[in-house]
Amino acid sequence: MKIYKLSMIFVAVCASLLFVQCSDDDDNVIDVATCNDGVQNGDEEGVDCGGSACEPCAEALDFSGNYSQEDIMGRPGINTVFSGSGEVKNNFNTTTVTGRADFTSIFQNTLETYHDVYAVALGADPADVNYVPNILGLDAPTFATVLAEFDALQVAPNAQTTYFDPSTGVALTGRTLNDDVIDISLILMFGGGDINNLNFDGTEGSPLLISDSVGFGDRQIGDFPYLETPNN
Amino acid sequence: MKKTKIFAAIGGVGLAVLSIFLIAADHIDSPSVAGTTTDIADLYGFEGSSPDNTVLIATVQGPLTPGDVTTNATFDENVLLEFNIDNTGDFKEDLVIQAIKRGDSMYFFGPVAPEQQGLNSIVEVSGARHSVKISTSGEVETTDEDGMKFFAGPRRDAFFFDFNRFNKVVSGEVAPEGFLPADQASDFFENLNVLAVAVELPNSMLGTAPDHVGGLVGIDGLPPAYNVWVSAKRKQ
Repeated sequence: MKIYKLSMIFVAVCASLLFVQCSDDDDNVIDVATCNDGVQNGDEEGVDCGGSACEPCAEALDFSGNYSQEDIMGRPGINTVFSGSGEVKNNFNTTTVTGRADFTSIFQNTLETYHDVYAVALGADPADVNYVPNILGLDAPTFATVLAEFDALQVAPNAQTTYFDPSTGVALTGRTLNDDVIDISLILMFGGGDINNLNFDGTEGSPLLISDSVGFGDRQIGDFPYLETPNN
Repeated sequence: MKKTKIFAAIGGVGLAVLSIFLIAADHIDSPSVAGTTTDIADLYGFEGSSPDNTVLIATVQGPLTPGDVTTNATFDENVLLEFNIDNTGDFKEDLVIQAIKRGDSMYFFGPVAPEQQGLNSIVEVSGARHSVKISTSGEVETTDEDGMKFFAGPRRDAFFFDFNRFNKVVSGEVAPEGFLPADQASDFFENLNVLAVAVELPNSMLGTAPDHVGGLVGIDGLPPAYNVWVSAKRKQ
């Protein structure tokens, strides 16, 4: 009986050792698939390269380093249309989207300045020709806030994409290749609030400020990547 | 007296607005990046050929004239292009899709939660990694893996705009007429090119979209939408 017990213990100890060993082996198997953990493990021939799972060491690529922002873009034309000076444009490009509170008043001033230029040219008092709340119902401070502090492209999944579709009233669900973002931006800046009777439409002696009169032209939209072959 | 005032107004306003030029979506948008390899031209984001997919396209280094300028234009290995996706509504990137050139290919990482948000980034090598050979003007290379599609290379600029007239409009030079009628207007970008990076991926990889930002300013009824922007970051 005693001999039997001892043999059982021996078997149990051996089995546990085997188990531990197996456990270690399992860890190694998992490590083989980790080609970006910064250490040589599994059957890797170098750090994160070679072996059965990683790319050959000769082709291992260096992605190290820190990268610092030089340009940023959400909606089209925001920095270039509203910032005004080169210095402000440079500053805009090196801010985060959440760091733009200082740009709101600059953008609002630019919006009013555009109106003043045309007021003067028309012989009117600049004080009498001002931005009018647009078709989205935004007054000047709110419009400037949206432009400066919420400057991202809103992209709605599983929904019609349009920068603005006057026929449906759907707006800001993304930007397709052929959305006329310039005309939409001009309408929001100069058109006022009545979609059926926009200001600055070029009629009856009014300046044409709500459309640049060009469209997508003969461009085509194909399969992925959707953009056309370059012009020759 | 009134006349003097108006001339003063023209002088002041004219000077202020004269410096507002060179709009082209985001092409050549600021003195420090114009003409460099970090200069972003445009960002597009739209529903893919399947409504379950989203397409993100960034164009850079535009405008490129056809011929040698386009053929010789290359992505910069020291420039990290980053699609930033805010899916919580705070305008901070919760996910990034990064693109960076190595050799003859563009490497993509993500979508992945970045280790740090904001102005500075590292390449997020822990994110899903894919690559596509960079296309030439004549040969299109795309990758279709794990439900994602990738492209990088020169393309015709999709942006359309009477750029020359715009510069005259904002400088006051053509006030009070403004823009031209359609039969006289001209699309500056019609015959120009850009370098493009395109990604198409399932919406499910981008998380649940937050309430549309329009709701914050009284524009109700818009569908939930990610807030997306593209940044170009240079290796330090």
